[in-house]
Amino acid sequence: MQSLKRRTFLTASGVATLSAATFGLIAGVPGRAFAMGSTQARDVDILNVALGLEHEAINAYQLGAQSGLLQKPVLDAAVLFQSHHKGHRDALMSTIEKLGGRPVMEKPMAEYAKALNAGSIKSQEDILNLAARLELGASNAYLGVIPAFQDVNLAKVAARLAADETMHWTALSSVLGKPLPGAPLSFGA
Amino acid sequence: MRLSASARSAIALLLVSAACATARAADVERGRALYESRCGGCHSLDQDRIGPRHRDLIGRKAGSVAGFEYSQALRASRIVWNAETLEAWLADPERLVPGQRMNYRVPEAADRAALIDYLKTN
Repeated sequence: MQSLKRRTFLTASGVATLSAATFGLIAGVPGRAFAMGSTQARDVDILNVALGLEHEAINAYQLGAQSGLLQKPVLDAAVLFQSHHKGHRDALMSTIEKLGGRPVMEKPMAEYAKALNAGSIKSQEDILNLAARLELGASNAYLGVIPAFQDVNLAKVAARLAADETMHWTALSSVLGKPLPGAPLSFGA
Repeated sequence: MRLSASARSAIALLLVSAACATARAADVERGRALYESRCGGCHSLDQDRIGPRHRDLIGRKAGSVAGFEYSQALRASRIVWNAETLEAWLADPERLVPGQRMNYRVPEAADRAALIDYLKTN
């Protein structure tokens, strides 16, 4: 019952932080579908990989919230971060469709649980470590694909998404008591 | 006590070997950390996620993990993963396989080498 309540709460709180309309406006994407050229197809492929990341992140936070292991205020932060990822998902799906692509769909939660080895999670610290690893990986993934975008406006959006993931990683690392990187330019090399 | 020349040579060899092993372990650890931070957003060793699993990657044909949905381009590439093909892939995957889906680049040669060393040990 507790898990159900948390799940309902998470669903209700899934407010997009960056609306699809805003994303499209920022990215300079026309508000209509059109036949994809090869360069647009490549951008769509990159966006779909990003969408896969966001689906996984949303489910990872859901698994954490449903575990009953997260205590306030950590639970509140997890819900907030999940809502950011839902905003990213919605914006990415909208942009992919506007480019004439087909967004990758979310998998069943059981598949994410298996892929993330959720069965090994025994504590709040385990969840935070998993979330921090995923956020760091996502931040670097977004930074790493920036040079590959054909549309520089989409590259800028990838940088903004990376900034959100970095914000999450920094907060999670702080809760875990992990030190900040000692060297500059530690992300995205 | 004076050591014979052969004994001194043997000790020197042991010290060099130990130093090499320590350096090698440090390289692999650096590769592990790089793998987690650079590749861990999409990949893991044992589970298919956004990208396919990487355990026993060396010697595997590209696009061949059963059940993973690859791009047509990678499936048709006829590439076998080894140090050379991984170096080219990580530097610029689209240049190696036009139409692939990864698109993630590792710009520093030393980072690519560390990642490849890590993958060789797993």
